[in-house]
Amino acid sequence: MAELLRTHPLQAWAGAFERLPDTVRLTAEPYVAMVDVRLSAVGAEASAALGLDLPTAANTWVPTDDGRAVWLGPDEWLLTSTTEAPEELEARVRAAVLPLGGSAADVSAQRIGLRLTGARVRDVLATGCSIDLHPRVFGRGRSAQTTLGQAGVVLLSLSDGGDDHVVLVRSSFAGYLADWLLDAALEFTPTTARQE
Amino acid sequence: MTSPFRTPEGGRIDRATTVEFTFDGETLTGHPGDTLASALLASGRHRVATSVRLGRPRGVAAAWAEDPGGLVQIEEPFPEPMLLATTVELHDGLAAHGLPGQGRLADVPDSARYDAVHHHVDVLVVGAGPAGLAAALTAARAGARVALVDEQSEAGGSLLSGTERLDDAPALQWVAAAVAELAGHPDVLHLQRTTAFGSYDDGFVLALERRTDHLGAAAPKHVSRQRVWRIRARSIVVATGAHERPVVFADNDRPGTMLAGAARTFLHRYGVLPGREAVVFTTNDSAYDAALDLSRAGVRVQAVVDARPEGSPRRGECEHAGLRVLSGAVVTGTRGTERVTHALVAPFADGQVGASTAIGCDLLLVSGGWNPAVHLFSQARGRLRYDEVLGAFLPGEELDGLAVAGSAAGVFDLAGCLADGQRVARAALSALAVPPAADDRLPAAPAPVVPAAPVVLWRVPDTSGAEGTTSFVDLQRDATVADIVRAVGAGLRSLEHVKRYTTIGTAHDQGKTSGVLTSGIVAELLGVPVQDTGTTTFRPPYTPVAFAALAGRDRGRLFDPERVTALHEWHVAAGAVFEDVGQWKRPRYYPQPGEDMAAAVLRECAAARTGVGILDGSTLGKIDVQGPDAAVLLDRLYTNLMSSLKVGSVRYGVMCGVDGMVIDDGTVLRLAEDRFLVLTTTGGAATVLDWMEEWVQTEWPDLRVHCTSVTEQWVTFPVVGPRSRDVVGSLFPDVDVSTEAFPFMTWRDTALEGVPVRLARISFSGELAYEVYVNPWYAVAVWERLLEAGRPHGITPYGTETMHVLRAEKGYPIIGQDTDGTVTPHDLGMAWAVSKKKPDFIGKRSFTRPANADPLRKQLVGLLPVDRQTVLPEGSQIVEFRADGELPPPPVPMLGHVTSSYRSAELARPFALALVKGGRERIGDTVHVPVGGTLVPVEVTGAVLVDPEGARRDG
Repeated sequence: MAELLRTHPLQAWAGAFERLPDTVRLTAEPYVAMVDVRLSAVGAEASAALGLDLPTAANTWVPTDDGRAVWLGPDEWLLTSTTEAPEELEARVRAAVLPLGGSAADVSAQRIGLRLTGARVRDVLATGCSIDLHPRVFGRGRSAQTTLGQAGVVLLSLSDGGDDHVVLVRSSFAGYLADWLLDAALEFTPTTARQE
Repeated sequence: MTSPFRTPEGGRIDRATTVEFTFDGETLTGHPGDTLASALLASGRHRVATSVRLGRPRGVAAAWAEDPGGLVQIEEPFPEPMLLATTVELHDGLAAHGLPGQGRLADVPDSARYDAVHHHVDVLVVGAGPAGLAAALTAARAGARVALVDEQSEAGGSLLSGTERLDDAPALQWVAAAVAELAGHPDVLHLQRTTAFGSYDDGFVLALERRTDHLGAAAPKHVSRQRVWRIRARSIVVATGAHERPVVFADNDRPGTMLAGAARTFLHRYGVLPGREAVVFTTNDSAYDAALDLSRAGVRVQAVVDARPEGSPRRGECEHAGLRVLSGAVVTGTRGTERVTHALVAPFADGQVGASTAIGCDLLLVSGGWNPAVHLFSQARGRLRYDEVLGAFLPGEELDGLAVAGSAAGVFDLAGCLADGQRVARAALSALAVPPAADDRLPAAPAPVVPAAPVVLWRVPDTSGAEGTTSFVDLQRDATVADIVRAVGAGLRSLEHVKRYTTIGTAHDQGKTSGVLTSGIVAELLGVPVQDTGTTTFRPPYTPVAFAALAGRDRGRLFDPERVTALHEWHVAAGAVFEDVGQWKRPRYYPQPGEDMAAAVLRECAAARTGVGILDGSTLGKIDVQGPDAAVLLDRLYTNLMSSLKVGSVRYGVMCGVDGMVIDDGTVLRLAEDRFLVLTTTGGAATVLDWMEEWVQTEWPDLRVHCTSVTEQWVTFPVVGPRSRDVVGSLFPDVDVSTEAFPFMTWRDTALEGVPVRLARISFSGELAYEVYVNPWYAVAVWERLLEAGRPHGITPYGTETMHVLRAEKGYPIIGQDTDGTVTPHDLGMAWAVSKKKPDFIGKRSFTRPANADPLRKQLVGLLPVDRQTVLPEGSQIVEFRADGELPPPPVPMLGHVTSSYRSAELARPFALALVKGGRERIGDTVHVPVGGTLVPVEVTGAVLVDPEGARRDG
């Protein structure tokens, strides 16, 4: 069976990302399955049904066997999976949470992920993100739903050094955010790589 | 090109480097470290500008942002109006000229970058003078996250202007060591050339950093020229120092008249003698330093004129240096044309002025005391109190999270400022539960000399005969004592009113020198305590901020996000002309070579009506509604019944506000007993989700239902037209696309190469149509497969314009275009979509209001211009038919307006939709639409103009 071609909203930005210095690396994350989970009661039952413990601390995320579980609200999470197809993940999670009064919706394509790494990434983010990104405050495992520039994002911290983040952004805003990030990184970009 | 007033040595300037600049067309030189003002003074030039109303010569009267005189226009490197020569750092190639009070905006775009940075700290210290540095060191040593911002080009504050010593060495050595120590703390941000211009609630402070202004043409293009720092501090220490205050007397605006402390700054910081022969007029001891320092530097100080009858204990110091001191005397006026040539000095006792004597001078220094720079404290709504001794307003209360230290709090000696900075920082740390460091040593400062009490003198009685008309209070506004007298005489007592009557304090410095003077003079005129007149409200910004800096990077393409669908690049490659729909970029039409919009749209419409067309409808809002009570929620939100919808089916629905007016419409797919996919308009996606959440969270928390936005989870491609069945059937052979097996308003799931695809028989055109839903990862692939499958049938991509024409021909309204928040479903002819069975739904109550039954409500109808030619402009008014074809004199009763108007390929004539009073009763009538001065006759028709019997929807 021929595979259907996949395209990514930031394909055209790959070259520009390549030219960035190591202090500000931007990489489009591969597509992964994502499901938005709503569940009012978490506990042993939910953990058993889902096969993972949903984080209950506000603005945090935890790694799972094959992805991440991101706290989005007191009764809302984002689960990702690198091994399941979107419809498989939705079906499995929905089956798990329905008996508990929960729900699950496939949102794999709602957002794309951008990985931001490097010593200057925090400076780039600080040009358009009003939350405190100091590693003491926003270390590994922290997350935030905030705005970056004028785009709503889910921001995940992947390191305790403040130099590794994932930004989840609505797919339709991906191009805007990529342009915005490249513009913000201009100050740290060597002259030869700049497109002025 | 010489600088005759430059001292042979000293100052914080780089004498080894010479920079060239032009002022008023004249080429002059200076050094890095100069300001434009210091370089002009070095060349002997005091006069800089001309006053705004009276055209009087004006010059440099202070050394920084409080200067009311030296207003300039920068021409190079980039035109900028209304800057102060005292705050413009000199660089090679600077070109400027003096301003007659008003400047000129650039007529070319500013190509420089501007940006903003958010920053969070435990302690923000504003001001890097002695108090600020001490505070920053204390906070940094304790391990706190600290920001220290200061508006000057280097740290030191008042120490830059003097000869003070700390730890038995020049104080600037301590400053350098403090700066180096701060740089060693990783969590300390130290910014010079950065003005904290606004303080707001909850520790939020805005500061403007001038990053490359001082580099001129050498400024790197990729670095922002100015940056707005958006600082959130748990605690703020305001150590902003104090502004010297002048005394008002006749002709006090003559160039060469300057604040005494400013002269000291020009001497010590810039190595400039502001004159050769000086008269110093003071009400306090601080000006004695200026007199003595200038004298030592070679200026002939002709007299120190001290308004206090008892004079100063420093009199002896002056006389020892050969300076004449006149106690109990004042300056009553000046002589000169472009520059002061004489100070008029007279004895002064008990408020009475004696006969004046002229003393020759080219520099008249004035000190009327010091106003603590309480701006940030006051902006944060801190109450001020008037101090009778200082004749100044001081912070009058403790604020949570913001404390004032040093001169800004009325502490004027060096040792006191250092100790106050440390004390305030420790208090701030204590409030944050951060213990101070064990080693937090302050430098040893000389024991302070206790100054003699100053005398508070706002103005010298005018003996010139000008009656206060040349006694300037606000030089920038040419506002005088006479203006204040007139204001008070007109009955104004509030300082806010006096400010607005006289315009005092409304110019670029916002009253830094004139504000407190006005308080004092008004109090004097009213015979009330100064505390009672108070000050006018301090508001941000402390100093002017360019709009470009506030706009930052939100310019050009980044001004507003452009949202695009997964097919955007395909659309671009296909030559689409785009339309802005909210933030979305949507293809409006796809012109072929030689086509204009009208031709392209007629072609696209014809294809959809006679063959097959395809649209990128992905921007439609989509909401996944799940839970056992999902149907209950939808029954309450929509005017029609949704709970009776069968799984596998689709229903059109209308949503109203509580007022019964339509807010959105769209189709609903029932995916399972407990799951629906709700489609909203493109613009309504976020609003409808918020609307749902508002009801679920606040009114109906008992409902077991969850709503999730899935707008971008699905791309939507309507395949439209009589040939659509062939196209969809050939691409998805496992789906029986016959009307019998796949009827109108149902959906079916299928797959393409294993990728789930959903097909729905929904039509927004009246034609046979299938909407194809797929994950956007595969958008391009599926779109191209559809095009390939449609090629034998001439499949034609069409844009939003064609979509609008097709739907309008069928009388389908666009919520927000054909409605405006005053339109009910009944007005739209959709009474059929309003349930009579449901016990309740949002808006139901309002439908029983008498106004809703008014037969003259505006109703949606079609319009056909009788001439079969005119495309009525949308928004046109509709009036009664006039037999004479003439618009009657106003007021002309309006019947309604055109909401949508297009050319129709199908009808071969233009048509329109309109809201018309009692419109359905008027069907068949002819009414008039004024277009460009003539009345166009139009026939009122039903809203559905194409296929009213609905024969086409099944192909």
